[in-house]
Amino acid sequence: MNAVSIATSTPNVLGTWSMPFRRVLGAYLAEARSECLRYARSPGFMLPILMLPTVFYLLFGIVMAKTEGADASRYLLVSYGVFGVMSPGLFGFGVSLALERDGGLLTYKRALPMPPGAYLLGKMVMAMMAAAVVIVLLLAMGVGLAHVALAPAQALLLLLTGVLGVLPFCAMGMLVGTFIKGQGAPGALNLIYLPMSFLSGLWVPINMLPKVLQQVAPIWPSYHLHELGLVAVGLGYGNVLEHAGILLGFAAVFFGIAARRLRRYG
Amino acid sequence: MNPTSDVVAQLSGAVKRYGQLTALDGVDLVLHRGELLAVLGPNGAGKSTSISLLLGLIRPDGGRAELFGLDPQQIDARRRIGVMLQSAVLPPSLRVGELLRLVASYYPNPRPLDESAHLAGIADLLKRPYGKLSGGQMRRVQFALALCGRPELVFLDEPTVGMDIDARQKLWAAMRALVAEGCSVVLTTHYLEEAEALAQRVVVMAKGRVLSEGSVDALRAQVPLTRIRCVTDLDAAKVAAWPQVSSVEREGARLLVSTDAAENVLRRLLDADLALRELEVQRAGLAEAFMELTREERGIEQEAA
Repeated sequence: MNAVSIATSTPNVLGTWSMPFRRVLGAYLAEARSECLRYARSPGFMLPILMLPTVFYLLFGIVMAKTEGADASRYLLVSYGVFGVMSPGLFGFGVSLALERDGGLLTYKRALPMPPGAYLLGKMVMAMMAAAVVIVLLLAMGVGLAHVALAPAQALLLLLTGVLGVLPFCAMGMLVGTFIKGQGAPGALNLIYLPMSFLSGLWVPINMLPKVLQQVAPIWPSYHLHELGLVAVGLGYGNVLEHAGILLGFAAVFFGIAARRLRRYG
Repeated sequence: MNPTSDVVAQLSGAVKRYGQLTALDGVDLVLHRGELLAVLGPNGAGKSTSISLLLGLIRPDGGRAELFGLDPQQIDARRRIGVMLQSAVLPPSLRVGELLRLVASYYPNPRPLDESAHLAGIADLLKRPYGKLSGGQMRRVQFALALCGRPELVFLDEPTVGMDIDARQKLWAAMRALVAEGCSVVLTTHYLEEAEALAQRVVVMAKGRVLSEGSVDALRAQVPLTRIRCVTDLDAAKVAAWPQVSSVEREGARLLVSTDAAENVLRRLLDADLALRELEVQRAGLAEAFMELTREERGIEQEAA
C-alpha cells in the first residue's frame, strides 16, 4: 500500500513541491482569517451570539438587579458571560461542520493541500474571537451601566477565561457536527445549549435550583467554566486547577471522539 | 518501485466496495504528463469513485492509487494537483478574490492572483461575494481555484455543467492553455463533444470497469460505421439485404443507411436510383461509439447520451 515513501524527500522535475515553513504558517493564517471573515459577515450567526447574552444581561443583570446591589450584577456578568461564550463554540463548530459536511465543502478541502488541522484551527480561532467580543461587550455593560467595580486584572482574567473557555464547547459542537448532517444541527444544538445553561446555573443561580440539580451540576462543562469565571471576578473560591483540569478533560474527550469519527466517516 | 516520471497518476487494480455494491471492480488507469484524459461513462459507472481514490478522499479496498508515485493522502502529492469538484458549496459571504487568495495559500508556488483570474476569465468578479454569482460564474471561479496553485495535474469533475455555450467555449480554451503549459488534466464529463474537442485520450467506464481506453480516433474506430443519408424511393428492406449494410431506417423521404463499407454501398445506391439526391455521408462520432460500447451496460438509463 505505501511502499513508496522515499520519494517525498527528492525534488521532482519542476522542483517545487515541498513547502517552506513560512508559507505553511501563512496557510494556517489565511484559513483562520477567512473563517473569521465569513462569520463576521453572516448576521444570522453573529446576531444571536451577541444579542442573547447582552439582552439577557441588560434585563436580568442590570435593570432588574438594581435593588440587589452591584454583587448581583457582578455575579450575573459571569453567568451570562459563560452563556455567551458557549454559543460560538457549540454553533460555530457544530452548525458549520454539519453544513459543510453536507454541502461538500469539507470534501473539497480534504482534496486540497490544506495543511492538516487548518480547518479546525480556523474555526477555533473564529470561535475564540467571537467569545472575546461577547465578553468585552458584557464587560462594557457591566462596568458602564451597572457600575460593577472590576480591577483591570479581573476584567482581563474574565476575558481570558472566556476566550479559552470556548474550547471545550468547540469540541462538543464538533462532536455533534459529526453526528448530524445539514440543517438539523441548530435544533439539536439548542437542545443541548439551553438545558445545559439552565442546569449549570447560568440563568438562575445554582443555589436556587432544586437540590438534585445542584448535585448533578458538576457533570456539565458550563458549571466548571462558571466557577472559574467567578474566581476571575473575585466572587468564587473554587479550586481553579481542578475546574480547569475537568474542562480540559471534557475538551480532550469530545475532540478525540469527534476527530476519530471525522477520519472514519468524513 | 521506481515510477517512471512520465506517469503523474495511476490506479492499478483498484477495487472499492460500498457494502454490497462494488463501485470499482479492478480499474487500471494511467495518466501521463501533459495529457488531457477524458473519463466517460453513464451515472454510477465509477468515474467519481476513481477520482475520489486519486484525490485520497477514500481508500481502495484492493489495488492501489498513486499520485506522482505517492499515496494521494500525502499532502506533498496533493500540493501538485488542482481540483474542481462537481458539488461543493463554497462560503457565500467570501469575495472571489478572498477565496482565490485562501486556496492559493495552500500551495508552495501559486500563480499570482491576477494570472489565475485572467486564465479563468473572472478578473471582473474578484470583488463580488461568491454567493451573489450566477451558476456559470461560480463554475468559472471554481476553475480558477483549481488552477491557482500552479498544479501539474488538474481534476475537473463535470466542469461545464450549467454553463452557456459562450462560457463553455471560454473554459475549453482555458483548459487547452493549461495543457499547453504542460499540465495534465483529468476530465469527467457527460458531454461527448467536450471529450471529442479536448481529449487526447478517452476512457470509457461502466459498472465499475474500464470498457475501453485509447485516443478519440481509436475509440471511434471501434465502431467502424459510416452513415449515409439521402432522399430516395428505394425500398428500405431491399437495401438492408445488401452485403455490408448493417442497418437501414426510413425517415419520411429519407433513407438512413449504416455501413462499414461506405464506398461500395454508395456506388450501388447511386446505380440503383438515378434520382437519388441530398446525399450526406458521415463517419460515426464519439457519441455513436459511446452508445455502442455501453449499450448493454446502460440498461434503462439513457441520460448519459
